Amino acid sequence: MTAPNRVLFDAPGPRARRRIRAATALSVLVIAGLIALGLHQFARHGQLDRTRWQPFGQWPYQRFLLQGLVRTLKAAGTAALIALPAGALLALGRLSPHRVLRLAAGGFVELFRSVPLLLVLYVFLMGIPRAGYTFPVFWELVIPVVLCTSALLAEVFRAGVLALDPGQAEAGHALGLGRRQVMWLVVLPQAVRLVVPTLVSQLVSLLKDTTLGYVVSYPELLNQGKVLGSYTHDFLQSYLTVTVVYVVVNAALSQLAEALERRGRRRPRADSAAGAGPGVPGPRAPKAAGSEALGAS
Amino acid sequence: MREVVAHIGYLAGGLGTTLELSLLGFAGAVVLGTLLTVMRVGPVLPLRVVGTLYVEVFRNVPLLAFLVLFVFGLPDAGITYSLFTSEAVCLALYFAAYVCEAVRAGINAVPVGQAEAARAIGMTFGQSLALVILPQAFRTMVQPLANIFIGVVLSSSLGAAVGVSELIGRTQWLDLQYDEPVPTFLLATAGYVLVTLTVALLAGRLQKRMAVRR
Repeated sequence: MTAPNRVLFDAPGPRARRRIRAATALSVLVIAGLIALGLHQFARHGQLDRTRWQPFGQWPYQRFLLQGLVRTLKAAGTAALIALPAGALLALGRLSPHRVLRLAAGGFVELFRSVPLLLVLYVFLMGIPRAGYTFPVFWELVIPVVLCTSALLAEVFRAGVLALDPGQAEAGHALGLGRRQVMWLVVLPQAVRLVVPTLVSQLVSLLKDTTLGYVVSYPELLNQGKVLGSYTHDFLQSYLTVTVVYVVVNAALSQLAEALERRGRRRPRADSAAGAGPGVPGPRAPKAAGSEALGAS
Repeated sequence: MREVVAHIGYLAGGLGTTLELSLLGFAGAVVLGTLLTVMRVGPVLPLRVVGTLYVEVFRNVPLLAFLVLFVFGLPDAGITYSLFTSEAVCLALYFAAYVCEAVRAGINAVPVGQAEAARAIGMTFGQSLALVILPQAFRTMVQPLANIFIGVVLSSSLGAAVGVSELIGRTQWLDLQYDEPVPTFLLATAGYVLVTLTVALLAGRLQKRMAVRR
């Protein structure tokens, strides 16, 4: 766990240490009491009974949920594969010298950043079919996720480009490279490396977004949980299991993001050594990119 | 088209519910998130462990899964609230983790020398916190907190999936009633864009005014 904050505290003396020990003992008691209270509440309503949990130890039920997890990963993976390059292109569009391109990309990004994913989903579920186009359920989920995520990723990429030392681009120009060459050969490769940790943590939020498959009846993990819950009448157990699976999968992804960030920070780079915060490193990281853009997940 | 225009008051009411949910959820998240920060930066180990675990778990839970667990699961254990309350509580619990990260980053952005100077001139812990550290920390937190608020507004739409009649829920109902997807969805979009742009604009101004040159 994180060490006590250096900004706030000096090393404690003997009296402070005694107080800390007392507070530690007290907090252990309070935490244990709260857990006991929760368990008591569950037990009183028979939610801890063995029969209610038994299905989740059996392979057919587990396989059913695993199939949901596989579809979740499939939807998230497909969406990521499309949204990553789309986001990069949108960022390039926003940084482009052509006014029309800039306005179009900017409008797209601002629109899909400020609209909830669920609304886009309903447009695809209820609006577009009436215009005569229908998509398979998989794409009804993936396309809205791609639209919203690519807008968020565009801001991440743009932040990376803007955070790069302008000297890099100037050096490129000084060598006689054209605008496009500077972007592709000098700026983009470095910018992408700067934002890799943020991109990975965006994947967590993308995976969380796929739970909206629940709404379009795409049988992903949460939806499978719903079906299993109504089949066994154990909603609490089913949803709890599903939630734990999500936490485990996403925590693994977050770990990956942190490992990448640590690796990035180890490099002797003036930019990342100053390390403003998690996410986009560098002192000039623009305000547009919070350490993680929040989608409606 | 005419029916949809006639129901503009109904949609506006939905926007009102969205805002109510967002404000309640955000306020709860700020209070709980600040509390979590206190736990995480303090010297008491068990509290630090609980705070860290809380943030790790809630940042990795999909909000919809948590909402569904809360609304359809917990009643089995005898814990029942109204849909509106459930969603406000879920938003608060979920976004508290993000607020905690923002507040912690804000405190860590204050140079150590500031706190050392405060202690050196004999300020107590409370004084140095209230007069020196927090005022500086809050200035760097404006933008992240505004982003979180926008996140709360957008996420409050998930209430529609469990039956809360906020902006999206009402949009969907209108669309089913009158089969007019274009105007209904346009109006809902306008509602959300209006709110998020306003928040972003206000936050930008506030941040410019409060910016610290370091």
